[in-house]
Amino acid sequence: MAKRSVPEVNAGSMADIAFLLLIFFLVTTTIEKDKGILRSLPPIDDTEITPPEIKAKNLFTIVINLNDDLFVEDEVMEIKDLKQAAIDFLDNGGSTNAEGESCDYCKGERDASSSDHPDKAIVTLKYDRRSSHGKYIEVQNSLLSAYNFLRDREAQRLFNRSYQSMLEEKEKNQFNKDEKLNEDIQTIKDMYPLKLSESQPDKVN
Amino acid sequence: MSKFKKKKDGGLPAISTASLPDIVFMLLFFFMVATVLRDTSLLVENQLPPADQVEKLKKDRTMFIYAGAPSEQYKGKFGEEGRIQINDAYVNLDAVQPAVKEYINNLPEELQPRVVIGLKVDTNTKAGITFDIKEELRKANALKIMYVANAKNEDL
Repeated sequence: MAKRSVPEVNAGSMADIAFLLLIFFLVTTTIEKDKGILRSLPPIDDTEITPPEIKAKNLFTIVINLNDDLFVEDEVMEIKDLKQAAIDFLDNGGSTNAEGESCDYCKGERDASSSDHPDKAIVTLKYDRRSSHGKYIEVQNSLLSAYNFLRDREAQRLFNRSYQSMLEEKEKNQFNKDEKLNEDIQTIKDMYPLKLSESQPDKVN
Repeated sequence: MSKFKKKKDGGLPAISTASLPDIVFMLLFFFMVATVLRDTSLLVENQLPPADQVEKLKKDRTMFIYAGAPSEQYKGKFGEEGRIQINDAYVNLDAVQPAVKEYINNLPEELQPRVVIGLKVDTNTKAGITFDIKEELRKANALKIMYVANAKNEDL
């Protein structure tokens, strides 16, 4: 039997074809990178309990008006100053919390006319329906950075590491829970609890 | 005897390109696997606001709600007021709640209590719309929300 040689297929253009496909996928790919600010909404509460009285000095009122102007405690403020103002307010520690403990880790000015204790300090945000979502996020972001700044400071002091790194480690080990770490994170969260209330925007007539 | 004459007229030997397709295919497969084709087409403008205090989003338990002014090609038909988009269509406010409930019901059971609603809202949208959506989400008892944002540099 004579051996017939099969003519070999020329694979020279294989690279071209593959390149074509590669470029198509390169162009259509969007590597997803969704990140954002996580928030919990308050559940709907139908019970008719009158909310407890909160002293005005424990409230940090932020208002955004329809022109996206920012008012903090009734005064105009630039967005860049908001973080520091919030830190000053939260970290004030002028008096005691509900259990009568004074804030021994606060480094604020202990001004009697500002917040008593981080436990009691509440940030309220009121915005106009016509203000922009961008401004709202900017404010949320500044407030969050104020909280993170304080929490990070305490994490450095107590556990000698950054708060961010603790959260990251928790995220990494989500399948084998590290009780100690969770406890530490909770401690820090309790030192500066995130108390942010949003009031209903006024209805536009 | 030219048959056995060796070619010695200099020049570098050509580099074999035989493995080039293999390399390219390797890259190709990487991108094919990494690619996520958009499953919804945007009907609204969606310039996300910047933020730096961000957390990662868990994809497996997230439902997206878009809001913003209608995109260029829909402006004539729907005007410039901000609209809400779920999946592939504009919806009214009262359709938000059923859509959210349906999404939660379709989730695997262990993820249902941990559902996150990702709000992709355009920077220039009026905050009133976001507020209305949040009210609807409260009614639907989906309380974890995430304002999806453009992550800036952390140290800014």
